[in-house]
Amino acid sequence: MAYMANLRVWRGDHGEGKLVDYSVEVNEGEVVLDILHRLQATQANDLALRWNCKAGKCGSCSMEINGRPRLGCMTRMSIFDQDQVLTITPMRTFPVIRDLVTDVSFNYEKARQIPSFSPDPATKPGEFRMQQVDVQRSQEFRKCIECYLCQNVCHVIRDHEENMPAYAGPRFLMRVAELEMHPADMADRRNIAQDDFGLGYCNITKCCTEVCPEGIHITDNALIPLKERVVGRKYDPLVWLGGKITRKQHRDTPRVPGKH
Amino acid sequence: MTDIQRYSYDVVVIGAGGSGLRAAIEARLAGKRTAIISKSLFGKAHTVMAEGGAAAAMGNVNPADNWQVHFRDTMRGGKFLNSWRMAELHAKEAPDRVWELEAWGALFDRTKEGKISQRNFGGHEYPRLAHVGDRTGLEMIRTLQQKVVALQQEDAINLGDPEARVKVFAETTITRLIVENGRMAGAFGYQRETGGFVLFEAPAVIIATGGIGKTFKVTSNSWEYTGDGHALALLAGARLLNMEFVQFHPTGMVWPPSVKGILVTESVRGDGGVLRNSEGKRFMFDYVPDVFRAQYAETEEEADRWYDDQANNRRPPELLPRDEVARSINSEVKAGRGSPHGGVFLDIASRLPAEEILRRLPSMHHQFKQLADVDITAEPMEVGPTCHYVMGGIEVDPDTQAAAIPGLFSVGESSGGMHGSNRLGGNSLSDLVVFGRRAGLYAAEYVDATERPAVSDAAIESAVAEALAPFERTGGESPYAVHADLQQTMNDLVGIIRREHEMEAALKELVTLRERAAKVSVTGGRAYNPGWHLALDLRNMLVVAEAIATAALERQESRGGHTREDYPAMSPEWRQVNLICSLDDDGRIKLTRQPLPPMRDDLLALFERSELKKYMTDAELVSLPAGDSAQEGNH
Repeated sequence: MAYMANLRVWRGDHGEGKLVDYSVEVNEGEVVLDILHRLQATQANDLALRWNCKAGKCGSCSMEINGRPRLGCMTRMSIFDQDQVLTITPMRTFPVIRDLVTDVSFNYEKARQIPSFSPDPATKPGEFRMQQVDVQRSQEFRKCIECYLCQNVCHVIRDHEENMPAYAGPRFLMRVAELEMHPADMADRRNIAQDDFGLGYCNITKCCTEVCPEGIHITDNALIPLKERVVGRKYDPLVWLGGKITRKQHRDTPRVPGKH
Repeated sequence: MTDIQRYSYDVVVIGAGGSGLRAAIEARLAGKRTAIISKSLFGKAHTVMAEGGAAAAMGNVNPADNWQVHFRDTMRGGKFLNSWRMAELHAKEAPDRVWELEAWGALFDRTKEGKISQRNFGGHEYPRLAHVGDRTGLEMIRTLQQKVVALQQEDAINLGDPEARVKVFAETTITRLIVENGRMAGAFGYQRETGGFVLFEAPAVIIATGGIGKTFKVTSNSWEYTGDGHALALLAGARLLNMEFVQFHPTGMVWPPSVKGILVTESVRGDGGVLRNSEGKRFMFDYVPDVFRAQYAETEEEADRWYDDQANNRRPPELLPRDEVARSINSEVKAGRGSPHGGVFLDIASRLPAEEILRRLPSMHHQFKQLADVDITAEPMEVGPTCHYVMGGIEVDPDTQAAAIPGLFSVGESSGGMHGSNRLGGNSLSDLVVFGRRAGLYAAEYVDATERPAVSDAAIESAVAEALAPFERTGGESPYAVHADLQQTMNDLVGIIRREHEMEAALKELVTLRERAAKVSVTGGRAYNPGWHLALDLRNMLVVAEAIATAALERQESRGGHTREDYPAMSPEWRQVNLICSLDDDGRIKLTRQPLPPMRDDLLALFERSELKKYMTDAELVSLPAGDSAQEGNH
């Protein structure tokens, strides 16, 4: 049942590189990551790629397979025709370090800007009481394995590098939504979602949802509800009037580290 | 040596999984400048693979639970070879550590009263595992990662620099610990992205590097698990404890071949899943050992009633500790009653409604659907044992996690003692946070009380030379070939069932592999070159493999994660022995025996004398405190 697959793998570093052709053995049940490992062990010892768990739980082996953002470990070879050429390239939105490895530090910078969980300081550890139905919404977003495929596919930054400073991307707007919906979080994150993390740039094309290997409904359950909450606040006449008079941030709105 | 980036810290934590992050948080909370060294990207460590939950006797589901019951279960699971002091601290402190995670933003599944829900697991008397579906490890690592970020945000506001007191060095591998005048002075390594060298000068180093699974072929562990911390500690002059105890998780995937070894969570059994052989029989009833006979059901009816009424029924034998279940599966397959691909059947489909399976075990459903074309809501899974965890590890002080070298600490899977000869599921995640906090705390205390040793040029030069050696050689073998042969050797000869002549053969083969590893050469440059990284990791895997095989050959009994075909029984004499590995002058493993410290009387009193009889020598039983302690009938 084994056959030889034709691979075209991007090799190179810092913008210099090319697609290199390889022919690699494929056995029953294997995934793209298996084939890349075989390539690495037998033909290209120094092929750079990231992986960890090989079970779709760590989000390390993000890549583009025939142009589609995917996890190498969860992409079965059997979904491709045996004579089909597989073109394997690094995530396009992030700068290449080497071969299939990209510099994803953008994501860690955004993560550090989002104000952290802010519970009532009076609640001591062990005293939290939350119902399953209330934690479930944020739990869905916490399934995120930070593979950054949603960040990679989002056209706001994929095609427009200049938007990167103003836009946190689906993964981190979802993090804002997660905290906004966390039953024990006290902060009001609606203003910063729009003003500091660029929620307005998102025009809900759902590309992020489509590539999410965890099947999280990023657009429907995180981004759209967050947009609704932001609008709810912006057009609340009392909030609008208060803002005109004091020109101050609401006291529940947390400070964004590194942005003010 | 111009291309060495030098950093100075108070505490350097090697490893960014649950234990490393918890240690770093504590060191930073104590005001220490802390570096976190992560072999992968931040947030990808092996902790994300933990599925079932964190064991902590909060008593949220069954109020009868308390630290004493948890302590008893842990000692039983480890067959009384555990460091009883660690098992005690762990059972007492685990609830606080889990509640703390919640206060840092973790969202565990809830009980009806809105408390943290707890699930059943192998070897735990009551429902005890705080969990989030079957992705608890991910929740833990994300929460700790986000707590680190929260501390960095505080420092950004108060000190003007988010990395003023805690900085993550992602994709950085430590290849040498540096000891000067008998004390820790620092750590040396490389950064994957550039291949450039880094030197961390620090009086305190915490090893939190996890396990050794990549020494074996069939494993649930990722590429990072190459025994780095175990080897670094040995090379620096510290000691390893009881390395013969390797846990083979009973349920890894067996098909397709490329996913062989990937973990199938014990929660499947905790939530009602049963094991069957090719004849459809629930075979675990045939494998309940004498020491556990009193606590496990004898009929399917009783076992099934237990899920709803734990007070009046005994536990299903599918929930025996992992070592027992793994051996039983092995025996069934060997007797020709296995599944088509050499495992047994794990059936949840006939036990729970499909929607309940999807709610409780979503990532298992996803994993089988994607990787094996199996719908676990409709058909059974095929499973078999996979190398999962090493109970053995760096010998540490149970209270402070300090190792034999002043300034060196270790925590989590890389440390030894806590789990004895076999770890209970769920005790790992709680181990990470209980002892992570302790390691960070005592490392900070140590820093306050010590001078900063300087790192000598000689130490750096030797570390650089060692790291560059694979590039100096040409025409040698590929490191991948040597690694593959090492994994096959350990799998075939030092695996789940061990025999004297096979382990002797393994040790001989390891000598050859060591010679081959010394000659491997790598191609390409220093920037992000996995071939080079593997060539360096080989040193660690080989020394760890030798430690495991040497200790396994020495221990002539079967206990927990060490099964000898030639010595099938547990021996009360061997229970009094810890096997200690260190390195001799030639860099080979030297083994010594060390007596186990006797358990405190108040802890002994938690067990019935009749139970202790199954584990202890006559001499020990005679010296047990009489009368009021170790009373009969105290269940």
